[in-house]
Amino acid sequence: MDFKLFVFWIFSLVLIGAAVGVITTRNPVQAALFLVLAFFNSAIIWMLLEAEFLSITLVLVYVGAVMVLFLFVVMMLDINLSPLREGFSRYLPLGALIVGAIVVQMVFLLRAKSFSAEKFPVPVPRGADYNNTRELGMAMYTDYLFQFEVAAVILLVAIIAAIALTMRRRPDTKYQRPSEQVQVTKEDRLRIVSMDSEGGAK
Amino acid sequence: MIPLSHYLTLGAILFGLSIAGIFLNRKNVIIILMSIELMLLAVNLNFVAFSHFMGDTAGQVFVFFILTVAAAEAAIGLAILVVLFRNRGTINVSDLDELQG
Repeated sequence: MDFKLFVFWIFSLVLIGAAVGVITTRNPVQAALFLVLAFFNSAIIWMLLEAEFLSITLVLVYVGAVMVLFLFVVMMLDINLSPLREGFSRYLPLGALIVGAIVVQMVFLLRAKSFSAEKFPVPVPRGADYNNTRELGMAMYTDYLFQFEVAAVILLVAIIAAIALTMRRRPDTKYQRPSEQVQVTKEDRLRIVSMDSEGGAK
Repeated sequence: MIPLSHYLTLGAILFGLSIAGIFLNRKNVIIILMSIELMLLAVNLNFVAFSHFMGDTAGQVFVFFILTVAAAEAAIGLAILVVLFRNRGTINVSDLDELQG
């Protein structure tokens, strides 16, 4: 067993264990942390596949942004956990049956002749001068430029949608209105009253 | 030397586990969202593996776009979750029956 295969086995076993942890743990915070572990291990496996840019992106974008968002939301909501666990043991046999069938079918398909080592020979490892980021950028900014722009628009829509969904104005909170503050004139605030001086000294 | 079928099998197992997560935690929206993220990760693993074994960068570009859409989906999903919790005080899926469907 060579070293790459050893690394693959170690990290894929930890990845599967982390995935099991995500779906079975009682606490959503622990589930989010298991998901972080799964993302880290899968980044290592992508690095074995010479996709260095994507594996770093997975750590930066997923672990750094998406999972932190998950943790924020999970910790912000005060959830009563016990009713959410109802039916876990009731659905376990059916779920295990269906999932077992799906996985066994897929593994049989993948073990068949069509994906064997003769059809897909293991590629020669690329040299130290191969630049994955450069290759990806060349493909993305030439052939896939339009799709890239569409992805940017999707992100913009997501930002606007998330803000519009969660923004609210409470009726009992006082807000400043900066435009009115700037545009105020002397007549709005100041009233000059002319009145007689009081009596005078005797 | 790691053959392609190893990576594909790992992706299949991950995908199956995330389906199991949706089955087992069907009351908890947060775990369902996490299972969907795990499912997308399994699909991305297949894309990267095929991209490596066929020597084509297009698979990795596709993974890039999947990551973009997944980030947008997570943001909107969590925003909906927050609004839901603010209005109903619960995230239990079986309580969400206002449309009487």
